Amino acid sequence: MALDVLYFAWLRERIGQPRERIETEAATVRELVAQLAAMDEWHAAALADLSAVRVAVDQELADLDAPLSDAREVAFFPPMTGG
Amino acid sequence: MSARVQSAPFDLGAELAGFGAGSGAVVTFTGLVRDEGGRLQALEIEHYPGMTEKALAAYGEQAARRFGLDDWRILHRHGRLAAGEPIMMVATAARHREAAFQAAEYLMDWLKSRAPFWKREIGPDGPGAWVEARAEDEDALSRWQG
Repeated sequence: MALDVLYFAWLRERIGQPRERIETEAATVRELVAQLAAMDEWHAAALADLSAVRVAVDQELADLDAPLSDAREVAFFPPMTGG
Repeated sequence: MSARVQSAPFDLGAELAGFGAGSGAVVTFTGLVRDEGGRLQALEIEHYPGMTEKALAAYGEQAARRFGLDDWRILHRHGRLAAGEPIMMVATAARHREAAFQAAEYLMDWLKSRAPFWKREIGPDGPGAWVEARAEDEDALSRWQG
């Protein structure tokens, strides 16, 4: 399946782009992270410390074990600093 | 009952015209960009278009259910905001003050840690560090859970 993968804040800067289309068979967010981190050193560096990364699947906050079965969009970003 | 995300400034008075009519209590909170003792000229606020609007609306609806609000309003800006400018506001209307105060605090705690905004400091030398999430904000949120 093809997924839109989005990055925000310093993850976007480290990866060098705000979004990309990824062909994947990943069943969970964790499997997608492994695939992305293996793509190149930029992805690997941005996703090295997952304790500093938050995830949304189809614009809902999710965790690393969330399934991707019907997902269309996955976003990675640092802990949020609104307000 | 509305949640809005915009880059333009807002006028608190205009936003509140007619808000809470018929309720007994209205509480508002406005967050401003601190200058951090002159170190900071502006904040650049990035957000996740699409998710942000949905998340703000969901948190507003949660607060309305939990505290029995008559009305609520959330407005959060994005883009480059100079020191002293308003970043965001929440307003809550309820029959009594306790619910209105608590709901405003509840909304702020959710917005701080669970709304997809990221702040970056802009100093005299240009863009600086991304603001890091604070453990205190996470603790503040946890008091509403469980």
